[in-house]
Amino acid sequence: MSLSWAAGDSVLERAPLIVRDALTRALPEPWRWLANSLLAILVIIGLAGGLFAGLTLVERKLLGRVQNRPGPNRAGPGGIFQPIADGIKMLTKEDIVPRAADRVLHFAAPVVLLAFSILPFAVIPYGRRLVPVELDAGVLYFFAAGAATELAVFMAGWAGHNKYSLLAAMRSLAQLISYELPLLLSFVPVILFAGTLSTTGIVAAQAGWKWGWIPHWHVFSPAGFAGFVIFMIAALAESNRSPFDLPEAESELIAGHLTEYSGFKYALFFMAEYFGMIALSAMAVTLFLGGWQAPLPFLAVIPSYVWFAAKLGGLLLGFLWIRATFPRLRLDQLMRFAWKFLVPLALLNLGTAAFWAATFEWPGALQLVRWALAVGLVVGPFVLLGRRLGAGYAPRTYRYA
Amino acid sequence: MLGSGLLQGLAVTAKNFVGSFHDPARLTTTEYPEVRTKLPENYRNFPFLVSENAEDPMGTLRCVACQICEKECPPQCILIEKSKDKKPDAAGKLQLYPAVFDIDISVCMSCQICVEVCPFDAIKMDQVFEIATGERFNALLLDRHGLAKPNSYYHQIHPAEAAEVDARLAAERQAAEEKARAAAAAKTAAAAAKAVAAAAPAAPPVPPPSAAPPGPPNPGGSA
Repeated sequence: MSLSWAAGDSVLERAPLIVRDALTRALPEPWRWLANSLLAILVIIGLAGGLFAGLTLVERKLLGRVQNRPGPNRAGPGGIFQPIADGIKMLTKEDIVPRAADRVLHFAAPVVLLAFSILPFAVIPYGRRLVPVELDAGVLYFFAAGAATELAVFMAGWAGHNKYSLLAAMRSLAQLISYELPLLLSFVPVILFAGTLSTTGIVAAQAGWKWGWIPHWHVFSPAGFAGFVIFMIAALAESNRSPFDLPEAESELIAGHLTEYSGFKYALFFMAEYFGMIALSAMAVTLFLGGWQAPLPFLAVIPSYVWFAAKLGGLLLGFLWIRATFPRLRLDQLMRFAWKFLVPLALLNLGTAAFWAATFEWPGALQLVRWALAVGLVVGPFVLLGRRLGAGYAPRTYRYA
Repeated sequence: MLGSGLLQGLAVTAKNFVGSFHDPARLTTTEYPEVRTKLPENYRNFPFLVSENAEDPMGTLRCVACQICEKECPPQCILIEKSKDKKPDAAGKLQLYPAVFDIDISVCMSCQICVEVCPFDAIKMDQVFEIATGERFNALLLDRHGLAKPNSYYHQIHPAEAAEVDARLAAERQAAEEKARAAAAAKTAAAAAKAVAAAAPAAPPVPPPSAAPPGPPNPGGSA
């Protein structure tokens, strides 16, 4: 513990703050606070934008490698300038607004979507001292801001005056609202364990190591693990990622609710999708993977924000891996999966979490009983519900092919 | 159990991802403009006209402007105008030649029917596929100068087929020569017999001086 606190005060750990103070030292007090806030906003937007650009490239390279081809490799060495080329392409494309469109809404939808996608970044603890805004109900704020993007989705579908994009927007809303429920239910165990809605409080609750090497991350408890898996599945659906990307299934629909968008407005929607993915991954790191905490005590020498970035990168790569692997679901399968599987599991998981939190003090050998019971409470419903979900479905036999 | 199939799928993609870095058999992409694969011999796209001699392509076109290909062409992309005069072809025989031979590559559907109906083996299929131009009409309308390519080029792109065509043409020429020689011999024999009948005591017939045989076919071309 003493080691981690020593590392917590190292120069490397405080480096971002030192740089910030060096930049704004000259200003008088109220202005200094404003400048610090603006600087934080700029850094977040810059980092998120850079991560978006890098992620598109990594995604295309990774998809290429999974499909046994090199991926983009023409723009710059190894294709590293591909995001820039894409950006220039998007900027120079014609911005078409349909004649019958509601011009104000048509313009506002991507802006609103982007604004609401950036807002959640405010409460993520990126490092030991790197929390842009310390809110007592940070988690609540995060998901409230994130849920507001659904408004923008419907605005986009409505504004084009196109029945297909309107239908697609309604379908998207159905998906987003359906998966909002398991998303919100999945992290209630974490709130239960940590006893706070503050993101910094949740990270602090995951500090320390059992027997010196098992971190107290929430993912390492049965209810937390189940919550993490449900959270990630729901996050895939909430950020319109494959295999739940049917709001804008590229190969089947003409981009769904984005049918009437082109050029840079379309790029903004694309950007917001990635921002949503990054924000939800960052939240998953904060809630379940110990935030900026190092996995092992001696690794705490490495600054906390590096650990956060590493975990975030790992989760984002997981998103890409899933996209490279799974085919798209049909709408009815999507709904069935949410309402008949994820929601009941998440609800049952609340009970498991309550049991886990209530039996925290059980002594000695009773801990084994506690683990067995909790694992049974997680695995049992999973198997039973899974059996019901798959009932009547067998591997398809192709009689004539 | 539910989800095991998903894990299997993830394993498959992970295997492909890792394999594409160390297993050349997986990463089969050839990066086209820099690296080119050898086209299969039977690859064909657009027709060209075969000429015997690379130095004088217009003079040694095999085409005799019979217009069969023009009539057979399904999309009717061939336009031929016959010449008014005749020129000796490769075999030395006087033939018409195409004064105009145009193929509109933008209309051609690469069906190879022109090649199949040509009795003179004068039109064959090419392998040039990089014909994109910035210009829509004239650059894709090839005239006989653009279409003519020497027989040596034909040997390059379709060696087996070209060798077979050359052998057949040589055999036909040989047969034609022998037929001509036999006809000439028969003629002189008949004339000699007539002479014998006219004047009984006559010298034995001398073998007729055969017409100078046309040069042997030039399979390799001169290019």
